[in-house]
Amino acid sequence: MAEYRIQIKDACKNYGEVKALKNANLNIEAGEVVLVIGPSGSGKSTMLRCVNKLETLSSGDIFVDGDCVTDPKSDIRKIREEVGMVFQNFNLFSHLTALRNITLALTTVKNTPKEEADEIGKKLLARVGLADKEKSYPGQLSGGQQQRVAIARALAMNPRVMLFDEPTSALDPEMIKEVLDVMLDLAKEGMTMMVVSHEMGFAKAAADRVVFMDEGEIIEIGTPTEVFDSPKEVRTKTFLEHIL
Amino acid sequence: MAEIVKESRIEVTDGALIPDSAEKSIFSAWNISFFGAIIILILLPILSPDPYKDILLFIPDGIATTFQVTVLSIIFALIVGLFAGLGRLSRVKIINRIATIYVEVVRGIPLLVQLFYIYYALGKLVQLPRMTSAIIAMTFCYGAYMGEIFRAGIQGVPQGQMEAALALGMTRSQAIWKVIIPQTFRIILPPVGNEFIALLKDSSLVSILAVSDLLRRGREFASTSFLYFETYTVVALIYLIITLFLSRIVAYMEKRLKINGRV
Ligand SMILES: Nc1ncnc2c1ncn2[C@@H]1O[C@H](COP(=O)(O)OP(=O)(O)O)[C@@H](O)[C@H]1O
Ligand SMILES: [Mg+2]
Repeated sequence: MAEYRIQIKDACKNYGEVKALKNANLNIEAGEVVLVIGPSGSGKSTMLRCVNKLETLSSGDIFVDGDCVTDPKSDIRKIREEVGMVFQNFNLFSHLTALRNITLALTTVKNTPKEEADEIGKKLLARVGLADKEKSYPGQLSGGQQQRVAIARALAMNPRVMLFDEPTSALDPEMIKEVLDVMLDLAKEGMTMMVVSHEMGFAKAAADRVVFMDEGEIIEIGTPTEVFDSPKEVRTKTFLEHIL
Repeated sequence: MAEIVKESRIEVTDGALIPDSAEKSIFSAWNISFFGAIIILILLPILSPDPYKDILLFIPDGIATTFQVTVLSIIFALIVGLFAGLGRLSRVKIINRIATIYVEVVRGIPLLVQLFYIYYALGKLVQLPRMTSAIIAMTFCYGAYMGEIFRAGIQGVPQGQMEAALALGMTRSQAIWKVIIPQTFRIILPPVGNEFIALLKDSSLVSILAVSDLLRRGREFASTSFLYFETYTVVALIYLIITLFLSRIVAYMEKRLKINGRV
């Protein structure tokens, strides 16, 4: 089982009557970049959020590196350290500087000494092109800068998997590229990534596979060329006509 | 994102007259009351030094006591309130229930009755200094109100903050103490300031337990000199000046928080 970095098996998630996820199956290998597309409300966020157990599956199983996320006995916090997450609205800690946003989890979760954490934090800020912003508070940064800090914050825990839930949807158009560039670099370095996004440029440049979802179901999985250029399912075709 | 602070603004019911920043006129209600009170307080001993000078020499000792009761009570009430607020939001049923009962009980009993009750109930167990009993009673009462402020403040922090913290591998309680609570302080500062003013006014009730606060000093002076009207005029003016002054500080804090809202 450990040959897959993420394994989603017969995953179902219900919110009362709403079936947000219906029998989803998806295996992601180490180093793969998987793009998840689909109309609003199709269950993309739900699937992502079940991977690090921000939501709990109604039935089915999810494994990260062979560790069962859905087993109540497994230590979910250990698994979450391995899984970085980037949110649509950044969710930076507004009372902390950019640097402290990155180091907080290091010092509280991993008990990294402060000096060492600061060093890691500064390196990561430089990596996302924000070396000069370490003392800035989130409110003083643009959306694109905030999202890059958020990516650096997730990377600080040295995760094996990164989840991105519409990382550029809340950004002004001119800021999308700076965030996508950071994500592209990550993809090139071999990070395993699950990305909910409709950025075609990123899909073509970085995605190994594309997953199309509709009404809680995974409808189609294939390479970007397969899914975008010759989709097998009618629903995929209709959706793509809609967004292109 | 300063809207967040605005949205979660907690409405005030019992503070003093809060200056409205839109009201710029020299003849604003606040200016008239505040400077009017100060002018009267200065003119009285000049125009009729006979009783007023003596009153003004006798009473101010009580101001320190009033502030002592108020400051200590508010500090303890903040601590009690933090836990009451967390309790009200707790997922553990029994903790939640206890916190809610506490808030309901306190809200349902007049402060003066609570003061008497705690003073005499405590008196049956231990003999505490009057001042201590007074502070315990004020803390017990205001802790409940602070609890409601903390609860609203915690709920005012966007949900995504908790999720981001959990996603990084923090425990719930690490997230609460390192991420959520520090952000509530910005939200609750103005309402806490208002509670401070309300508590300062309510602290006059402790004079009933013979704690020599501002009001008690006035009573002591009046009961020997029989100058009730003159004495209580001065007492009222001093309370008014203090609360109006504090309310201006609260308004200023609120404005500062909105301007450099680094949320
Ligand atoms: N916390 C929730 N409570 C109730 N329903 C929810 C909740 N989260 C998501 N849903 C529902 O689940 C479905 C899938 O939502 P979501 O995964 O957010 O879709 P997507 O990210 O693809 O837009 C939607 O119908 C949505 O309304
Ligand atoms: Mg979504």
